[in-house]
Amino acid sequence: MTTHNKTIGEFGEKAVADFLILQGATILDRNWRIKEGEIDVVALMPTGVIAFVEVKTRRSYAYGHPLESITRDKALRLQRLALAWLVTHKCFGRDYHIDCAAVLIAENGSHSIEYRAEVL
Amino acid sequence: MTIGRSLGVALVGLDGHVVNVEADIADGLPGYILLGLPDAALSESRDRVRSALVNCQESWPNRKVTVSLSPAWLHKSGSGFDLPIAVALLAASTQLPIDRIDGVLFLGELALDGSLRSIRGILPSLIAAYKAGIRTAVVPWVNRLEAQLMTEMEILPMGNLSQLLRWLRLGEREIEQELPLSIENEEEIFDFSDVAGQSQARKAAEISAVGGHHVLLIGPPGAGKTMIAQRLPGILPPLSREEALEVSAIHSVAHGLSTRSALSACAPFVSPHHTATRVAMVGGGSHVIRPGACSLAHRGVLFIDEAPECGPGVLDSLRQPLESGSITIARSVGSVSYPAAFILVLAANPCPCGKFTGRGRNCTCSAQQVRRYLSRLSGPLMDRIDLRVHVDALSRVELAQTDLGESTKVIQKRVQDAREIAAVRFKDLPWKRNAEIPSRALRTSFLPERAGMNYLHAALDREQITARGLHKVMRTSWSIADLEQHRLPTLADVEMAYELREGTRR
Repeated sequence: MTTHNKTIGEFGEKAVADFLILQGATILDRNWRIKEGEIDVVALMPTGVIAFVEVKTRRSYAYGHPLESITRDKALRLQRLALAWLVTHKCFGRDYHIDCAAVLIAENGSHSIEYRAEVL
Repeated sequence: MTIGRSLGVALVGLDGHVVNVEADIADGLPGYILLGLPDAALSESRDRVRSALVNCQESWPNRKVTVSLSPAWLHKSGSGFDLPIAVALLAASTQLPIDRIDGVLFLGELALDGSLRSIRGILPSLIAAYKAGIRTAVVPWVNRLEAQLMTEMEILPMGNLSQLLRWLRLGEREIEQELPLSIENEEEIFDFSDVAGQSQARKAAEISAVGGHHVLLIGPPGAGKTMIAQRLPGILPPLSREEALEVSAIHSVAHGLSTRSALSACAPFVSPHHTATRVAMVGGGSHVIRPGACSLAHRGVLFIDEAPECGPGVLDSLRQPLESGSITIARSVGSVSYPAAFILVLAANPCPCGKFTGRGRNCTCSAQQVRRYLSRLSGPLMDRIDLRVHVDALSRVELAQTDLGESTKVIQKRVQDAREIAAVRFKDLPWKRNAEIPSRALRTSFLPERAGMNYLHAALDREQITARGLHKVMRTSWSIADLEQHRLPTLADVEMAYELREGTRR
């Protein structure tokens, strides 16, 4: 992955984290990485449920909707990663859900967030 | 929560079931789930519908789409659900006003650019929808001729998805057209005047057309067996509107009326090759049960050339439809009945080399081979055949005759007159043709003249015919009497019927 794309990805993840904080959530973890993969954002929602958020950032819809790039395999991996995070942090058994966020960066630098909760 | 609804039709044989197509668009990862037992072609509708929508400048909902086809237990097949799915999806994403969709049937396959492609089985689908109380249907433009046979419904032929959407949104239709509706009768007909000589075979064809009797033509190659069989549909009376609709519905299910014009009044002529399988003959298939040759020949002629060469069991599979006029095919997906009331015409060579005719001088077959050859046609099948005719090679006298034989038109007129006589006789009775008279009725109310009966009883005493054979001869004699305009079959009529049944040479 080029540095450029990495910057875009980081920008999107930061934007989503800010968005969640505005909603009243507490960010528990960012870019939690194990061998199997990475969780972009882990947040404790105001409802007391832990949310695992996969962030997809794009600058246009030219290659389809960002969330379309989350295939079935990827969704299942997110599920496994979420359980792994819960076990590692001794929270296994807590209520959790997996969310997705699509961040679209416009040409003028502004961005929009499409947030979908409980996608799995 | 948004749900869109539209109506489609699932066909099982000729029976249609109205299917409610529901589309639900929910939050979640972009995805598409199709419920309701779709087959492979139907599962692929997702990608066709998506491309069609996008290429018609409609938006595809990038959310979790669930499409359900109910009743859910019914197996659904084919691409005809593309259009109702697209409409339901657009209704669900509130891109369409739902009031105009309500109560409208949608049929059609979508091309990737949004144009509507033809589908099979339009006519039976519309009939089913009409019975379910639907009065308006959108069909592909290419299927409009077939669809407009259903005059009781408002038919809206559309060329592409954009046209349809303009109608749904604005009530505008681009093309207003009324097509002339008349029973077509202009298909190419082979004329009987092309057949040289063969007076006995001609006569047999005529009798067969009058009474619906099955025929076996035996003769050497090149004598004109195929010519005569091809000309038999031409002398059958034209189909009535109901019959023509029935025949069109079967052909529509089989191959989308690609080989037959939508409302043809000509009796169909189907001639499967002798290598046809049983399934090809009677119909079948594992997912979709399609009609076979015997149903395509419904109300017409099923001609099997080189009948003794047919695979074992193929001809005998026709015994049930010969008896009942319909065929019921049972498979794991269900059982389906197709009508199959046809006139069977079998053609056979007299022996494997084909030259055992006249004095049989050039025949190279052994006596045993000759005996065996025709016995490949099973007894029970032969028993159902009323007319057995020898079509001998033409002599040079016959070929030299310059006056043509009677034309199809003349013979058809005679056949029609004879059928009218029979129709008067069978008024208030459930059968229409002489070949269908039940044996009980034959013995009580449809007896030939006394002299004729005596002749038959004598043959019965000599054990030359069976009881069933006797009834068959009586039926044929009625057809001959109708042709000759006799009130009752005379001795001569009965004798002729007997000779035709036994295949005696004149």
